Amino acid sequence: MVRFTAEDKAAITSVWKKVNVEEAGGETLGRLLVVYPWTQRFFDNFGNLSSASAIMGNPKVKARGKKVLTFMGEALKNIDDLKITFAPLSELRCDKLHVDPENFKLLGNMLLIVLAKHVGEEFTPEVQTAWQKLVVGAANALAYKYH
Amino acid sequence: MVHLTAEEKAAVTHLWEKVNVEEIGGEALGRLLVVYPWTQRFFEHFGDLSSAAAIMGNPKVKAHGAKVLHSFSDGIHHLDNLKGTFSKLSELHCNKLHVDPENFRLLGNMIVIALAHHHGAEFSPSTQAAFQKVVSGVATALAHEISTVLQSGLSGMDIIYLELEDLKWPPH
Repeated sequence: MVRFTAEDKAAITSVWKKVNVEEAGGETLGRLLVVYPWTQRFFDNFGNLSSASAIMGNPKVKARGKKVLTFMGEALKNIDDLKITFAPLSELRCDKLHVDPENFKLLGNMLLIVLAKHVGEEFTPEVQTAWQKLVVGAANALAYKYH
Repeated sequence: MVHLTAEEKAAVTHLWEKVNVEEIGGEALGRLLVVYPWTQRFFEHFGDLSSAAAIMGNPKVKAHGAKVLHSFSDGIHHLDNLKGTFSKLSELHCNKLHVDPENFRLLGNMIVIALAHHHGAEFSPSTQAAFQKVVSGVATALAHEISTVLQSGLSGMDIIYLELEDLKWPPH
């Protein structure tokens, strides 16, 4: 189980205040679909995903990305209970959507890259460490209900 | 071997021309040691690694990071033969230093993050995709090369000793 120190939590909260959830969410999901194209299979009904610019400009990708990151924001309110927060999503992804849990780690890495890009100076190694713990914790929580 | 399209090669080369190899190398290696602290075990002779600030400011970390990224640069210029380019380093890291190959992937991710951090505006999703392929290809080349005795007169062990000498390993 991931344990967040007080410094980790402070770093996470401080960065989160600066995140434009809509923009960062869309970019995170978009980059996943561009960099790891097999992930597009879960979004066949999203319309045009034929190129990087089509993906990044796709309104359904942006909307879904925003939803994903909004949920993360909610999860941050109970950061010590990620498994509980993500439990229903985990069941859905295992039982219905059949998502390989490796993809959760990839999405987490995309979020880190987007933060590194946008948050700039504040994305110090210590801040990165805290966020790495968070995305790993979230990925583990999403995989937890798999059987 | 890594397969990049012509556009991807152009994107990688174009961005790489702007990269300060010393700076990005030091930052990528530093971030690896901070974010994944078990990797410090390979650098115990580097002096003070007691905090993130100590690591990022450590001159040996910066120097070694620069060296690592110069090797990586070699890879960028030989994308069609990553296995050959990294074969000696692979022998060293796998057979002598016993580095878990997963760590090569982690370092690759740190390079990507350092690039996003410093070259954000230009680090478009398609450029990122191209770089992700490159770091993955380099990690694979570093991990998969099996130690073989060279036919050229120098044995595999001689090469490895030369590499270790170069790295000043073991530390005194």
